[in-house]
Amino acid sequence: MVSLVWLIPALPLVGFLVLLCCGKRLGDPWAGWLATLMCGGAFVTALVVFAGLLNQPEHTYEHTYFTWIPAGAFHVDMNVLLDPMSMAMVLFITGVGSMIHLYSVGYMHGDAKYEKFFVYLNLFIAAMLVLVLGGNLLLTFLGWEGVGACSYFLISFWFEKPANASAGKKAFITNRVGDWGFMVGMFFVFFTFGTLNYAEFLPEAHSAAQTALTIIAVMLFIGAIGKSAQIPLYLWLPDAMAGPTPVSAMVHAATMVTAGVYLMCRINPVLAFSASWVPTTIAWVGVITALVAATMATAQMDIKKALAYSTVSQLGYMFLAVGVGAYWAAIFHMITHAFFKALMFLGSGSVIHGMDEEQDMRRMGNLKKYMPITSATFIVGWLAIAGVPPFSGFFSKDEILTYALANNPALYVVGLVAAFLTAYYMGRVVYRTFYGEEKWPVVPVPEHDQTLAQALAGAGDDERAAALALVPDLDLSFDPEPTHGHFGAEHHPHESPWTMTVPLIVLAFFAAVAGFINLPLPVGQLQFLEHWLEPVFAGGHPAELTYSSSEILGLLALGALVAIAGCGLSYLVWHRSRSNQRSLQPAFFGNAWYYDIMVTRFMGGPGRAAFAAQAWFDRTVIDGIVNGVGVATVEAAAWSRRSQSGYVRRYALGIALGSVVLLGFLVTKVVSG
Amino acid sequence: MSAVVLASESTVSFPLLPAIVLMPVVGAFVIALIPRSRPDLVRLTAIVSAIGTAALAIYMLCIFEPDNASFQFVSQATWIQSLDIKFYLGVDGISLFLVVLTAVLFPLALFAAKPTHDDKGYYAWITLLEAGCMGVFLALDLFLFFIMFELTIVPLYMLIGQWGHGRRVYAANKFFLYTLLGSVFMLIAIVVLAVNAHAGDAGSISFDLQKVVASQAVDKGLARWLFLGFAVAFAVKTPLFPFHTWLPDAHTEAPTAGSIDLAAVVLKLGTYGFLRYGLYLFPEASIYFAPFILTLGVIGIIYAAVVAAMQKNLKRLVAYSSVSHMGFAVIGLFSLTTIGIEGSVMVMINHGIATGALFILLGYLYKRRHTYEIAELSGLQKVAPWFAGAFTLVMLASIGLPGLNGFVGEFLSLLGTFIAYRWWAIVAATGVIIAALYLLWAYQRVFHGEPSEDNKRFPDLSTAERLVLVPLIALIVFLGVYPKPVLDRIEPSVKALVAHVEEANKDQGWHEPHGEGPTPESRNAEQPASPSTEAPR
Repeated sequence: MVSLVWLIPALPLVGFLVLLCCGKRLGDPWAGWLATLMCGGAFVTALVVFAGLLNQPEHTYEHTYFTWIPAGAFHVDMNVLLDPMSMAMVLFITGVGSMIHLYSVGYMHGDAKYEKFFVYLNLFIAAMLVLVLGGNLLLTFLGWEGVGACSYFLISFWFEKPANASAGKKAFITNRVGDWGFMVGMFFVFFTFGTLNYAEFLPEAHSAAQTALTIIAVMLFIGAIGKSAQIPLYLWLPDAMAGPTPVSAMVHAATMVTAGVYLMCRINPVLAFSASWVPTTIAWVGVITALVAATMATAQMDIKKALAYSTVSQLGYMFLAVGVGAYWAAIFHMITHAFFKALMFLGSGSVIHGMDEEQDMRRMGNLKKYMPITSATFIVGWLAIAGVPPFSGFFSKDEILTYALANNPALYVVGLVAAFLTAYYMGRVVYRTFYGEEKWPVVPVPEHDQTLAQALAGAGDDERAAALALVPDLDLSFDPEPTHGHFGAEHHPHESPWTMTVPLIVLAFFAAVAGFINLPLPVGQLQFLEHWLEPVFAGGHPAELTYSSSEILGLLALGALVAIAGCGLSYLVWHRSRSNQRSLQPAFFGNAWYYDIMVTRFMGGPGRAAFAAQAWFDRTVIDGIVNGVGVATVEAAAWSRRSQSGYVRRYALGIALGSVVLLGFLVTKVVSG
Repeated sequence: MSAVVLASESTVSFPLLPAIVLMPVVGAFVIALIPRSRPDLVRLTAIVSAIGTAALAIYMLCIFEPDNASFQFVSQATWIQSLDIKFYLGVDGISLFLVVLTAVLFPLALFAAKPTHDDKGYYAWITLLEAGCMGVFLALDLFLFFIMFELTIVPLYMLIGQWGHGRRVYAANKFFLYTLLGSVFMLIAIVVLAVNAHAGDAGSISFDLQKVVASQAVDKGLARWLFLGFAVAFAVKTPLFPFHTWLPDAHTEAPTAGSIDLAAVVLKLGTYGFLRYGLYLFPEASIYFAPFILTLGVIGIIYAAVVAAMQKNLKRLVAYSSVSHMGFAVIGLFSLTTIGIEGSVMVMINHGIATGALFILLGYLYKRRHTYEIAELSGLQKVAPWFAGAFTLVMLASIGLPGLNGFVGEFLSLLGTFIAYRWWAIVAATGVIIAALYLLWAYQRVFHGEPSEDNKRFPDLSTAERLVLVPLIALIVFLGVYPKPVLDRIEPSVKALVAHVEEANKDQGWHEPHGEGPTPESRNAEQPASPSTEAPR
């Protein structure tokens, strides 16, 4: 049964090919149903394979299908490595993926490029499965780039709007910076171990030189930073929200962005034997990203942007887990996050759908009245991400924080602050969207919500044009009057069709209970996921706790308290209006610390000028020399042509002079000889 | 494997290689005899001769012995006996796929575009160009090689100068003079080599490539100078930074078929030359100059990519991208590792396929809009989704997306370079970032957004146009997923070449660079993992 593993990526791949050839003929909704069927088929196959894997020795299955690239000493196969970690990944990717496919059948209904969407969606799932199932680094890289390309297609899906096209491009190019690290990392792996096969080089990691391992770990971490949107390369992810909302749920929350975390967990023996500052750096990058992105999320107006910064923040927690050696905790949080974040993205999509493409929370409010299922499920997602017990996020986040404390109390404190902010900002989203007064009939945006991008917008046309010329891709997400929403007072928000609400309910169920796959309680053996993943991380010196049962229970209680406090604050501020709301959404946070704007300005300003200068250099200097040689030759020829004047007396003079010189030469020869 | 690659005697009775070279020549002659009033007949003749050549080349591919490192299907005929100049042809794993690439791309170029006027001259020159390229890849005689190398210049000069766009005369002259100037140094080097070849044998001379290699008559200092003579010619042709500025002009003004053939085939004459006449003839000088040439290659990869990003004309953009990509071929080659050289040959093949397809698409674009200016194009994906889809795939192949053909060569080239010259590879790898930048940016400006008034009625690909693209797209995907059949055939010849370089430098103690890890051979033999001192053979 386990040998059926090839079917898992093959089914969505077949779906991709069929839809590519005759998706137009299938049309709306059959193209969507076919894609959903293929993804669902992959999930069922994964369950069958899972059952088979339980009977495998060490719960591992390896198989080589054919040789991919053989060149001299370099040899890479198309092979599969199915171990507990890739199995867990496959299960949640295909499971959550199926739900999102189903949701898309309804969400994309009526879109002009309906079948195209599912072409990309199925290809994405196939690539993602190759990424996690590949038995060597290069095959992981194949999936890695494949999901990147699909992400590019899907972000710029509605390419007619320039901002969407720019967002897709930005995502791909930013990711390429990370890919450079991935490639150089692979070169070092091959140089050091002579192979890229996980099964061959990971067990050898302990005997390799520490310098080599350090470089490998750093380079692959650079790749992970790009793909998993960590500081400083995270800035493509908020822009990626330009894609259709199911894409944000699947690609930019549940699956693709976790690839970097997966890669780090996969190479855990390399991390374990590299210099000790490498895991420390990973932990700090993770926890700082978690905190910084959480602050950014507190002041977003666009519901999807708020969720996007939240995703960046949550991915930071996973890197924190990797950095402190609690790899299974990273995977645990990845799984619970896939459920609750996919749920919330789909919920926001349902809101956007029901509000006629409105994404600005300043135009929402009291939607619980019109969209009961959406609001109820979204609130489950909020409680899960906030870490309110017994929802799933409580267990997974607490697991990470406990191990962070064991590693370095400073990491724990920063992580706890970020957790508090998480509970707060998501509460803000909930209250602004589902509670309060109905704001959609009101068109103008309140003065106090304006921020820098708006100030720029109001700064006069000349200044605005100058800024835009400098920065063509400047993100004006703080558009004072969003152009996409024209929700008149005569319209009413409505609940979404069943294809959209069923996935919401299913995901809400798992977001609530998924924590039970790994209960970090000091009683019994309830850490099911940890035990299941144990063999994968055995070579990587996983962290161990020395806390007593009461200490662990105390930490759990503290985590719960912080979560509830965050929720409570958001209730006071955003529901009871007990505070100045304006001062709690500073422009500095709303504009994401101006980091994105600065980078864009730099690229559009000095960066572009440097490129232009080099193009000028090529045209003027390098080509100038070439043409200069040509011109000089012509000039020299024209000058020397003058000697050919046609006057016999000049030629006679020349002959006479030449004869004298020759004669003189001969005479000296004779005399001296 | 002996140091000197000897010609194998096993061949087909039928003179296959002369037929491959002469088929287009015959085609050109027949075209010359057809009256001007029958352009249809002219086109038919050109297509028949191109397809005939392709059929022969594919037949050759089928019966080629994959494990044989030496020259196959060798055929020789005396030409000028007193100088030992022969019409001497042979094919090995290195030239095999370049011949097949040439044979496949020429008919596609004919199908992709028609001349604007004077069909007869156009088809005659294109057909002759194919003969020249085939001759270069197959020649085993220095004199024959030189003649063929020069023979490619004239038809391309005519094609650009007479059927080109805008500043075609300027571009044609620049191309002709620049490449010819490069060749002069090579001619001198060839004569010096030939005269020295049999220095011991009573002053007789020989142009036979293998005899010249075997005699090893040139001392180290002279060999370095002669290497430079060849290198100038090849550097201009490849083109290697800073000798590249003729290419953007030539590409921009060339007609579609000229651009396709130039990018896909003619540029490879340079890198192939480096392999066959640089490494093979001058193993010591190659090692000596490798860091210098690698540096130029790495500069070219990044520099040309940056310049490409700022181009306003699509053809110029693709031209600069070619300079960048050929940089990968050059660094792989001068890494002097089996992995790198195999990667280099793969880059040549894959760049030919991908850039050939790109120029075919640009030709279709020009047919519809009569412009290559990016600023005049917009929103084409909305009006022509198939066109946009084909362009996307080819673009991703060109960016080097794994799973498509471009990645295989690029990765192997970089890996080989990394093993021998670590820092060069680390810097060169940043080229993949800029490659994504310039192509995606151009794609966005041309295909995304709303189509402007002029672009609203842009027709999508016709069935005939799709059929031309099908073989190339199939190759792009196939070679990305399963490059093994190609690599398997390249490998023996590359290994023999590396062994030859090693043998020639054994007194310096030079070995093929390799990593610290155990080789596959030693791993299979269950040896302990230790830094092996023996290079993999």
